[in-house]
Amino acid sequence: MIKIFNLTLFVIFFSITKANSLIEIDITRGNLDPLPIAVSPLFQDEISNKNSISELKIENIGSEISSVVENNLKTSGLFNPLSKDAFLQKPDIAHLKPRFEDWALIKAQALITGKVTIENKKLKVEFRLWDILAGREMMALAFTTVPSNWRRVGHIISDKVYERLTGEKGYFDTRVIYVSEEGPKTARVKKLAIMDQDGFNTKYLTLGNELVLTPRFNPTSQMVTYLSYFKNLPRVYLLDIETGTQEVVGDFPGMTFAPRFSPDGKKIIMSFAKDGNSDIYTMDLENRIVERITNHPSIDTSPSYSPDSKYITFNSDRSGFQQIYVMKSDGSNVKRISFGKGLYGTPVWSPRGDLIAFTKLHKGKFYIGVMRIDGSGERLLTENYYQEAPSWSPNGRVLIFYRETKSNDKGEGFSAKLWSIDLTGYNERQVQTETDASDPSWSSLLSN
Amino acid sequence: MNFSKSFRNTFLVILLSLIVSACATKTTTTKVEGQMQGDVYTGTDTVKYLADGVPDRVFFATNESILTTKSRDTLRKQANWLRENSNINVVVEGHADERGTREYNLALGERRANAAKDYLITYGISADRISVISYGKERPVDSGSNPLSWSKNRRSVTVKAN
Repeated sequence: MIKIFNLTLFVIFFSITKANSLIEIDITRGNLDPLPIAVSPLFQDEISNKNSISELKIENIGSEISSVVENNLKTSGLFNPLSKDAFLQKPDIAHLKPRFEDWALIKAQALITGKVTIENKKLKVEFRLWDILAGREMMALAFTTVPSNWRRVGHIISDKVYERLTGEKGYFDTRVIYVSEEGPKTARVKKLAIMDQDGFNTKYLTLGNELVLTPRFNPTSQMVTYLSYFKNLPRVYLLDIETGTQEVVGDFPGMTFAPRFSPDGKKIIMSFAKDGNSDIYTMDLENRIVERITNHPSIDTSPSYSPDSKYITFNSDRSGFQQIYVMKSDGSNVKRISFGKGLYGTPVWSPRGDLIAFTKLHKGKFYIGVMRIDGSGERLLTENYYQEAPSWSPNGRVLIFYRETKSNDKGEGFSAKLWSIDLTGYNERQVQTETDASDPSWSSLLSN
Repeated sequence: MNFSKSFRNTFLVILLSLIVSACATKTTTTKVEGQMQGDVYTGTDTVKYLADGVPDRVFFATNESILTTKSRDTLRKQANWLRENSNINVVVEGHADERGTREYNLALGERRANAAKDYLITYGISADRISVISYGKERPVDSGSNPLSWSKNRRSVTVKAN
């Protein structure tokens, strides 16, 4: 019974100045010049501070929320949040009307101000985004929610600011589901875990009694599909993370694996292995009808739908080695698209539709890369000893994947961690997790 | 049906062994401490025994599920032992090394386990007595990150089920 999506959130007023502003960020470029932004601590009065301490055990909640925003913006690589030590104006006064010259003096181009109140077990947050160069307000928003949702409010503010300044949806109010790993390599204990995109609020969804692998979010609901070795029968499962209900997907007389949802969330596509041959199948979650999509004596696995559901990309060794293929979603018109040197695996279709991210193995090195859907324009974003399994941020700008380190002959020095990198190949970062971690899957935006 | 499948398997094994031996003449030079041939593990470090003289596992080359001469020898011993102990059922576990993507390795492990299973069937063991499970790269027996460790992990292991 894990209840983590019980958010009630009310937007009270919403005003976005549509007029042309002087600042905008081009996110298609490598972010060599992040935008200097000042995130003023959100202001709160004495009573709210007392309530915050009694309800959340947090002093200065306004400052904490602004830290969430600051960290998100910084991690995106597109913003350079300025040091608070240099701020000349007090948070409450800045929120009413900033002295733009003061902020221009410290080279800020944008400013976020805000106010927090906690009263009657309600958290109310209002914030404003200011264009320092133009000297005017760009956006003002307010939210009311339960106090325990304070981090989410920080993520939503981050998304609004990101969207206003880049023209594209953000990806901060999202979660990542992954496999938490502990113990020696030969006896690894694996659990499903879920956390906020920034590494906070980790919750474990399984106990580690059985091996679990490759969890993936349903893009439209709080469902997850994954592979579990429950009772030593490796099968694809469906888990409702709000209710904790689990069920096996379909009734297959052998291993099912590599599951993913269709973009509308109504089907699961996966591999079924029998007699040494793996093929791709779908199961409709409403009428339970199972359809066979590929029928080939090679290994066909790691399927992923295009966002319009018309095509499927998958991994096959029908050419003799692991390569990436694209076919129509009924299984017809199979075409190989990877022709570079090395082996290619784990294709995942971008939510924007134009690219396929993949893992490549060449000369003992592993790469995460992207190519166009016809296989042209291959770009390798990162090279390492071992890394695989990219998953897209919902706006298609960032990839999260896992990376393993080499161990010595005794097996020491091994670790598995989550990493993220921009589509541009810049801004590679380790994603904070409580334990070792692998197989990350990024959720859709929780709020729109 | 069964006959033709067995026949096909036998034929396949003979054909493949010809290919393997053909390849082997070209690449015999790679040996690590005398425990590998090509990149197939030939040592006994991690091998356990189902019974006296009956090894429980066979090893594979990278990305391959072809049974080597030595593997076939081991599996024939297993088949003989299974014939003599007709009350025993087995699970054949298929495994891969850590140098491949997780999902592909699950399929590869399943393919390896079935290569071993098919060979046991060819030697007269009923398919009902053999189940398979793939662990992909999830259950290495050697935790090193080097070619010898990987060769020990590319294996199928026959385990008593009852």
